[in-house]
Amino acid sequence: MQLTNLTIREAHELLTTKKISSVELTQAMLDRIHNVDKKVKSYVTITDDPALEQAKQADERIAKGENITPLTGIPFSMKDCISTRGVRTTCSSKILENYVPQYDATVTNKLADSGAVLVGKTNMDEFGMGSSCENSALFPTHNPWDLERVPGGSSGGAAASMAASLCTFSIGEDTGGSVRMPAGFTNVTGIKPTYGRVSRYGLIALASSFDCIGPMTRDAYDCATVLEHIAGHDPHDSTTYNSPVPNYTANINKPVKGMKLGIPKEYFVAGMEAGVESAMQEAIRTYEKLGMEIHEVSLPHTKYGLPVYYLLLFAEASANLARMDGTRFGLSVSDGAKDVIDIYLKTRHEGFGD
Amino acid sequence: MTNTIDTKTVKHVAFLVRLGISEEEAQKFSGQFSSIIDYFNMLNEVDTENVPPSSDIANAENVLREDVVKPSMSREEFLKNAPKSERGYVKVPTVLGEE
Repeated sequence: MQLTNLTIREAHELLTTKKISSVELTQAMLDRIHNVDKKVKSYVTITDDPALEQAKQADERIAKGENITPLTGIPFSMKDCISTRGVRTTCSSKILENYVPQYDATVTNKLADSGAVLVGKTNMDEFGMGSSCENSALFPTHNPWDLERVPGGSSGGAAASMAASLCTFSIGEDTGGSVRMPAGFTNVTGIKPTYGRVSRYGLIALASSFDCIGPMTRDAYDCATVLEHIAGHDPHDSTTYNSPVPNYTANINKPVKGMKLGIPKEYFVAGMEAGVESAMQEAIRTYEKLGMEIHEVSLPHTKYGLPVYYLLLFAEASANLARMDGTRFGLSVSDGAKDVIDIYLKTRHEGFGD
Repeated sequence: MTNTIDTKTVKHVAFLVRLGISEEEAQKFSGQFSSIIDYFNMLNEVDTENVPPSSDIANAENVLREDVVKPSMSREEFLKNAPKSERGYVKVPTVLGEE
């Protein structure tokens, strides 16, 4: 049995039947990270000691039979834009390279409460701006399937850590495809939840009206499990929905027979990679065999989506990144600065990538 | 329609957002700005005549609460990340210039 290849569901079964311990599972994961990640470069920070401490606590919870969740004792990695108290959170930027948050994001808290074990923080395109993970200001991440290729982005480190079996699940963040695309590039399962389903408190924002934290896992069931644990209303984020979180795992095997599946014709464009198109057609045929009704639909404004996205993204990103000014946290370049504006100019010139 | 954003405008915009840039960067961004604005111009062809303006997609409403004092981060803890501090305050050089 390869401990590092287990799904959440499989690991949970082994943990709760005491066939393995969380310390064993976590140690196996850390060993593999130290062996393999030199090539993949998916992790910015590896949290060896705190991870083993959390694993020990998870084992105690399981031994007592108290407060066990499907995530108790399960090792996970998290994109480096989600705040972790006491653990460096860089957004893969020079400007936050040594920033250690004094508080946890709501998602971090929820996962800690469920007993999940954080093994490290993963690389990304700087502040989420990019879709290849080559725009990290720290180092590029490679696709574990072929190290010469990119893992997609911006949650490229999260996806690569998942695909290389360097965690049992990973937490990414999606502003304009940043979970979905790297999940596709690395053959893992990712979901971008509806905006407002998962709290953004403690997420270092790129574009506040788009940002969505979402899981990356080995299969859909695991995605449903993680989403159940991170979703929900949060008084710290007034854009979260105040409605109950559905039982996603209970609903996951409901038949799709009779459902209608719309296929926007604009999504099949000239120049589309043949392999991508055939995989899409294969998926559509699978749904058809499962009894879905397939309809071609038209979304005529598709081509305007990207310019509108960029227009809004740049405005929101500019407002959000304004807090990186070298005075309260993060990099500060003040040598020879004659006034506070000079600190802003120098710090940002040195700290922000292109 | 092609827009040209010259390096003077690039430097002006950079200063407005308090971003220090070099001459070389100003040259590079000048070309990039121009093509980005050209790209946005594509939106002018969309007919929005009978489309009501909207500011969000989630039908968000103001969320209000009582203003209650609760425990928060201590001043000492907060200042851990400040590059410079003095007597419990963040320390920066002159804010108001002579101009």
